[in-house]
Amino acid sequence: MTAAYAVAASVTDPEMPMLTLEDLGVLRDVREDGPRSRRSVVVTITPTYSGCPAMATMRDDLVRRLAEAGYAARVEVSLSPAWSSDWITERGRAALRAHGLSAPGPAPRAGAPIPLTLLTTARLVTCPRCGSPRTELTSEFGATACKALYRCADCLEPFEHVKEI
Amino acid sequence: MTDHDNAYADLLGSDDSQWAFGHLPEIQQGEDPLAGMDTTVPAGLDAAELAAYCLFLGDDALVMSHRLSEWCSNAPDLEDDIALANISLDLLGQARLLLARAAAADPALVPVLPQGSPVPAEDALAFFREAHDFRNLRFTELANGDFAQTVARLLLFSTARLAAFERLAGHVDPVLSAIAAKGVKELAYHRDYAARWFVTLAQGTEESRRRLLAGFTAVWPLQTELAAAYDAGDTAGAVLDQVLAAAGVDRPDVAPMTGGGHTEALSLLLAEMQVVARAHPMGQW
Repeated sequence: MTAAYAVAASVTDPEMPMLTLEDLGVLRDVREDGPRSRRSVVVTITPTYSGCPAMATMRDDLVRRLAEAGYAARVEVSLSPAWSSDWITERGRAALRAHGLSAPGPAPRAGAPIPLTLLTTARLVTCPRCGSPRTELTSEFGATACKALYRCADCLEPFEHVKEI
Repeated sequence: MTDHDNAYADLLGSDDSQWAFGHLPEIQQGEDPLAGMDTTVPAGLDAAELAAYCLFLGDDALVMSHRLSEWCSNAPDLEDDIALANISLDLLGQARLLLARAAAADPALVPVLPQGSPVPAEDALAFFREAHDFRNLRFTELANGDFAQTVARLLLFSTARLAAFERLAGHVDPVLSAIAAKGVKELAYHRDYAARWFVTLAQGTEESRRRLLAGFTAVWPLQTELAAAYDAGDTAGAVLDQVLAAAGVDRPDVAPMTGGGHTEALSLLLAEMQVVARAHPMGQW
């Protein structure tokens, strides 16, 4: 079982390939399906956002990589609890920074009703390239559902920030 | 090794799985967006009623998503083009989950396709129903108007839907509850985006304020219907008051639009959205 988990955990995210599905917090479970001798496993993943278009690729990659390791895998989806950027591991955060992306801060506390935020989301974002804390938001939305766009006021490089949810 | 016959070959490295052109994924049982989830309708719930409600929530997200997607490459600037496309994608994801939930709760809702068609249930619902079978509101189907009108509509839509989803996160059906709890995070982000633009346009130039007021007035006649359908209640009203106060804008003094059913706008929208899928009922996407 540990072997199958290790294979699933090493599959990377198609949009942010510096992150494994485990580091992204998308891999929820790997369990045996029937007797161990069948080498049949069920992998459970959860989408980051409802419309995440990478889910199909993640599923295909998991099935293919596990098949290469001798496992017949079936992939299931879990929606609850909803994915949180807090699930990105420390190793994942370091990998994001090493590749020029800014890692998310703590996710907002889930409280009902969610208060309206009329001012731009205040985040402590440091430039992943030069380390400057002088950064400015250019867009709350980016090239994928999970990212916002920032620019460094010192080195002037634009960069992506993984959003807190 | 350089492959002179294939311009993409060198880009692949040793792993062709990331490339749409290089890898044909095996057709899997896992295509279902609710794969592995227990979709049994809990005791005490009427399956047809639950399905009809999920169909409303799914259709409204699908139609709003399509309207927002029409801004792709047409928005006032690149950042807002990306923002609206992202919001559209979130809503499309919600629609897919909700239509799949509706289909699982009441399979009789799903249009019958030719024998052997690989089209999944949620796609059959999205692409093979006629306008009169859609359960979305008139509020979401009307044409976009300009950017200010889209901002006004998105503010009202995401405020009402967020209030409903916060409530539905406690629904007895665990599937609807999970979809709602997930959607809450997305809708809160959409609402903040729309609210900020609403205030910015209202407090901007004379022209931006004029357009914002015109757009807000244009969408307001269907606000009552929207708030009622989502049972949005006081929470949504209080949020709207907060935005209007910051924007220095009053609720428009226009009568609610009467009547029911759909407008011609939905038929035109569906004609464009469904044409390719309908031409290929045996297609695998």
